[in-house]
Formats: sequence, C-alpha cells, structure tokens
Amino acid sequence: MISKSYNLCIKDIKSELRTRYAINALVMFILVAISVILFSIGNEKIQPELTAGLYWVVIFFSAMSGLSRAFVSEEEKGTTLTLHLIATPDTIFSGKLFFNLILTFFINIIITLLYAAFFEGFVVNNFILFLVTFIFGNIGLAISSTIIASIIAKAGSKGTLYPVLSFPILLPLILTCVQLTIFCFDGTSFDNALYEMAIVVSYDIIMVTISYLLFDFIWKE
Amino acid sequence: MSNYSLEIKNLTKNFGRRLIFRDINYLVSSASIVGISGNNGSGKSTFMKIIAGVLSPNKGEVIHSLNGKKVINDKLFNHIGFVSPYLVLYEEFSAEENLIIFSKIRGINYDSDYIKLLFEKMNLFNRRRDAVKTYSSGMKQRLKYLFALMHKPELLLLDEPTSNLDNEGKETVYNLVNEYSKDQIVIIASNEEQDLKLCGDIIYLENYK
Repeated sequence: MISKSYNLCIKDIKSELRTRYAINALVMFILVAISVILFSIGNEKIQPELTAGLYWVVIFFSAMSGLSRAFVSEEEKGTTLTLHLIATPDTIFSGKLFFNLILTFFINIIITLLYAAFFEGFVVNNFILFLVTFIFGNIGLAISSTIIASIIAKAGSKGTLYPVLSFPILLPLILTCVQLTIFCFDGTSFDNALYEMAIVVSYDIIMVTISYLLFDFIWKE
Repeated sequence: MSNYSLEIKNLTKNFGRRLIFRDINYLVSSASIVGISGNNGSGKSTFMKIIAGVLSPNKGEVIHSLNGKKVINDKLFNHIGFVSPYLVLYEEFSAEENLIIFSKIRGINYDSDYIKLLFEKMNLFNRRRDAVKTYSSGMKQRLKYLFALMHKPELLLLDEPTSNLDNEGKETVYNLVNEYSKDQIVIIASNEEQDLKLCGDIIYLENYK
C-alpha cells in the first residue's frame, strides 16, 4: 500500500507543479500575513508569548488556505470518480496525507525562517524541543487538515466550512504548540515540557487512528 | 474465459424521499452483454455506480464473484473497467502519463505493448504525448476506453459508451465490445438504439419504480 500511496503523492506533486493550485496561494498568504504583522508591530519589541501566538496563527491560516486542495482540487476537476476506480480508500487517504505532510513542512519551514529573520523576539533557546514541537505539530496539522478536507470536498461552501470545521479540531493542538513554543523561547528543559509534548503526540495518534477508521465512510457516497 | 459473476439482490436506491429504483434482482454468470435502459433521470448512472462499488444502495446488495469467491468491495476496482461521460482523467498530464500514473497507483505493471495496441485501436497513438486538456471531447471519450481496459478487467461497465464519438469511433467501440464480450461481462447503460442492439438482455429501469 505504501508504494501505491507514494505514487499517488508523486502524482499530486507533479500536478501541483503544473497547475500551481495551492503553492501560489500559500506563498502569497505567508508573505502578506507576515508583512502585515511586521508593519503593525513597527519598532516595538513584542513578548515571546505574543510571538509564539502570532507564529501559530500564521501556520494555522496558511494550512487553511492550502491543505484543503488535496481533495477539493480532485472534486473541482471531477477526478474523484477516477480515484475511486484506481485505488482503495486507505491508499487514497495515505497518498493525500503524504502530500499534505510535504506541503505542511515546506510552508512551515518558510514561515519559521521568515520569523527567525524578521522577528526579534523569535529566539529559540531550546532547539531540540522546538524541533520536536515543530515535527509533531506539523504532523497533527497535516492529519487533521487532510481528513477535514475530505469531509468538506463535496460541500457547497468549502472555503467557509474548512476553517469552521478545523478550528475546534485543531484548537487543542494549536494551543499546546503555542505553549511549547513559549517553552522553547524560555529555554525550558525537555523534561519540564513532557506533559505538553505528550498531549501533542497523543493528539497525532488519536487523529491518525480516527482518520483511517472514518475515511472509508467519508469517501464512499 | 473468466469465471466472473455478478449477482444483484433486491437492489433499491433512494435519494432522500425520491425513489430511483426498487428491488432489482439479476444474475450474470457468464460472458455476455447486458443493457440498462430507461428515461433520462431513471437512474442508469446511479445503477452503474452502485455496480462499480462507488455508491452504496439503500437496500440490497451487489455480489461480485471471481472463481466462486466473493470479491471484497475495496478490491473491486481491480476487476472493473468503467467508461462514462462524467469520468474525468487528469487534464494536466498527457494520455500516456495518465496511464502510467494509473498503473503505478494500481500497483500493476505498465504493459507498453498492450497499451500501444489500445492506443492504435482507439486511434490516439500519435497524440499520446499531448496533454489531455488539448483533446476534443471525442478523443477524451476514446482515452477513457484505454483507462477502462488497461488492467484487463473481468467486468466492463459502459455508461453511454458512444457519447461524443463520431461514426468511426462508434464502430470501433462496437467492435471492441463484441470482441470483449466473448470472454468477459459487459454492461451497457444507454438509450441509444444502436448501443442496445449489442445487448443479449436488457433491464428496463422503468419496471422497477
């Protein structure tokens, strides 16, 4: 199944590179969001808590503007039936999840680099904790965004429905990641952040399990 | 000849309160051509999608069996070839790229000799490296036959098989269906008299309301 999902992911990457369905919108969103925040802050030095919050706000909304494309683009192009006829639901979900993982890591690395370059308060004092938070936070974000994208793909007002559905599901992940990012700025040790880390890892495990269990029902009309 | 059989038991489908069809029972156990006919909106495409396992019925079941063993729904796509006007292939890729991608996702070998034969049969060989978005609607319909046949399925589902095709294309499809039905089961959903002439038996959906 993994090689089939990998091939589906490669198909999505090639398709994305040819159509630029998500990437252009995402890059523009990141540039505009970070520019507006920078202009509004001006010369003021903002607190680490606020920096961490703004960092995850940009990550959340960039995910909202790009990650739904995995399923929405298939629905808009009318190729959903084609997918039904070439692969099992598990293969399709895994393929779309791989694609969203790559996209999430790609955009969030750009966001992190821009924050590190332009925000004075974005100083990471515990790099290992930041790296682990970044990895597990992004995995959770990609899993939740993928399953929600599959739910909203057939709906009429996809654009509105996606953030509305995502907000309550992603809230525990985002809040915990904000707290962990504050710990990274503070230089809190890994041991003292274990409780929050356990929440993020558990969130990822729960979401991936639920997603694979539910996708069959969502996928089939 | 393949030992594929299709059994339809008490098949019923509603969309909300609207009944599409009720209690269809049918058995196809040997290579043949079965027609599905009915007025516009009578549920031909819905019926085909249920047979293909893409849509769930409200009541009843469709049992696909190969060599006496029931084929599970998740593996159904390996045994089915599907052609319809609402089937869309990836327009940003060429015809050949589409077929290579499909074979990789299916996890089957890309049989280039067989695919070349199909390209030639459907008169698309010279345009195989062009993006599908540059194809006419008739060419896209021809390409769907390659998509349906590339994995040599035991059951061929053709919903409006000759839509958008010119006379030469229709003739090619009729020859192909006749040839294929010697060994496999073909189900055709159509209102075209010429299409239904190929069928040994016809299910009229109006009789199941």
